[in-house]
Amino acid sequence: MDLLGYGAFFLTTALIFSLVTLGLNLQWGLTGLFNVGLAGFVAIGAYTSALLTTPDDAARLGGFGLPILVGWLGAMVVGGIAAALTGMATLRLRSDYLAITTFGVAVVVQLVALNAQKLTGGPFGIGFIPRPFGSLAETPLLFNLSNLAVVSVVTLIAYLALEHLSRSPWGRVLKALREDERAAISLGKSARFYRVQAFAVGGAIMALAGALQAHFTGFIAPDNYLPILTFQVWVMLIVGGSGSNLGAVIGSILVWAIWAGSGTLTSILFPPEQQARAAALQIAAIGVMLCVILLIRPNGLLGDRPRRPWFGKRAKVATAKSISPS
Amino acid sequence: MSLQFVVDGLLTGSMIGLGAIGVTLTYSILRFSNFAHGDFMAWGTYATLAVVGAIGATFGKVAPIAPLSFGWPLIVALVVGMAFTALLALLLDRVLFSRLRSQGQAIIVVMASFGASMALRSLLEFTFTSRPTYFSRAIQIAMPVGFGIRITPDQIALLLLTAVLVLGVHLLMTRTQTGRSMQALSQNAALARIVGIDVASVVRVTWIIGGALACVAGVMIGILVQIRPFMGFDMLLPMFAAAILGGIGSIPGAVLGGLIIGLAEAGAVQLIGAEWRAAVSFIILMAVLFVRPIGLFGVRER
Repeated sequence: MDLLGYGAFFLTTALIFSLVTLGLNLQWGLTGLFNVGLAGFVAIGAYTSALLTTPDDAARLGGFGLPILVGWLGAMVVGGIAAALTGMATLRLRSDYLAITTFGVAVVVQLVALNAQKLTGGPFGIGFIPRPFGSLAETPLLFNLSNLAVVSVVTLIAYLALEHLSRSPWGRVLKALREDERAAISLGKSARFYRVQAFAVGGAIMALAGALQAHFTGFIAPDNYLPILTFQVWVMLIVGGSGSNLGAVIGSILVWAIWAGSGTLTSILFPPEQQARAAALQIAAIGVMLCVILLIRPNGLLGDRPRRPWFGKRAKVATAKSISPS
Repeated sequence: MSLQFVVDGLLTGSMIGLGAIGVTLTYSILRFSNFAHGDFMAWGTYATLAVVGAIGATFGKVAPIAPLSFGWPLIVALVVGMAFTALLALLLDRVLFSRLRSQGQAIIVVMASFGASMALRSLLEFTFTSRPTYFSRAIQIAMPVGFGIRITPDQIALLLLTAVLVLGVHLLMTRTQTGRSMQALSQNAALARIVGIDVASVVRVTWIIGGALACVAGVMIGILVQIRPFMGFDMLLPMFAAAILGGIGSIPGAVLGGLIIGLAEAGAVQLIGAEWRAAVSFIILMAVLFVRPIGLFGVRER
């Protein structure tokens, strides 16, 4: 029974990660937009939903006590707006500028979460976030299973919607822009407009995932949204294969299993005073893993890319054009 | 408002500017934003710290040079550290970046640099733990120089060092054949290749300059603030902002951008409070991207 409860808990966390990865897959896999600040968008969602749904608190703004669903919707709206603004500022420029700006967004969100005590509770975070099925907390197994059901349903809806989107005319435009921007523009599609839309929808999904996580644990703090989160999700997407929604889900579950498993292993193998160092080694190993996957299997397990000229027959031409010394 | 923020700003600006030179060179010549650049800083600093320790173990305690807080061991160690960081950058390019570059997808290289940055930083945390350390725990007395400004001998020495290094790199870029090759490659890679520029050697020089200057910037932080595994990663946003503010590819621009951001940060610390310091770079970055995305001295992309 314990094992079943842990399994439910594990899957819930993994599915919340899947939701973030699905959002990233829309931005990067489908549209080719590089987001290294996704932890910031997840945090925006978590804090928005927490502010909207928690009971009134004299120490900070809000606590509006609204229903959980309103919190989730609010999270999506605010996350989407934040992403749209980021996109509008940078998407007319080189792709690297988007990367740097999203990085900055994560830094600033982290800063606000830590320092704007009136809004976010500062380093102590926000507690007493209402949990769906909170009344079942007496029986942990039932509570875990019902949470898993909620998260599964949300992830499934997001998955089906994204699958539908990527096959719709809208998704085809995004793919066209990713593969050959000039050709797509010459067909009269506004590259910037479509990209801002994709970036905003992706940001909204990430924010929803943040909100789900907040209501699942009941407590959030700035530490939950460090750059390591961004990094984990990127590894999940790359392992699963960017461009494939199914790959995003499978990659998330697989990488979270490796992550949680190696975490348990280090906690058994290392004495308590060495735990922090062991955790650092774990991150280093995953970082190396990301680089190795990029080198030897850039498509991941279920990737859909490669109609680009630099793979396949025209690879030599592309190599000659690039400025590598080799 | 006391004018002390000018000295603080110039010092922070020097650190940012020296780092931003590497960022702007990698961006304009290798055409990717290197998220591991901050970690070159941290690795260089820890390497320098290790060499200082090794010298201390071999020669015993060495007295610091008169008014400064450090003696010749640190100077020797800095040179070794610069060489080490340059080698580290070259090695990382050999095993990772150059291979991905040859596949032709610029943004994959950016992502790899993000992964490499995580791995490098965590290795430092594993080896040295996240506890901050220092080159010297001695406290220096700051000398008043008028207008309510105080400055320590270390700070003067480091400002002079920055000026010399920046001038040196500027002369290298504008007066030597290597520098002109680098400029040619950043302006038009295909044409540079046609006129017979040795691309591989230009790429090497880029990494060597970027790595060595990152090490100096890191050691400056180590002397004036403290040494932590995250010291470089926290500088990443200011460095990127400085490189973009100055105009990608421009060395004087990167340094000027660094100084502007350093002064703005120091001013913000006095006016608003130290906890909001990191937001300054972001606000400047957004302002530049909205108003003048090519930066102060940038050239429009072709």
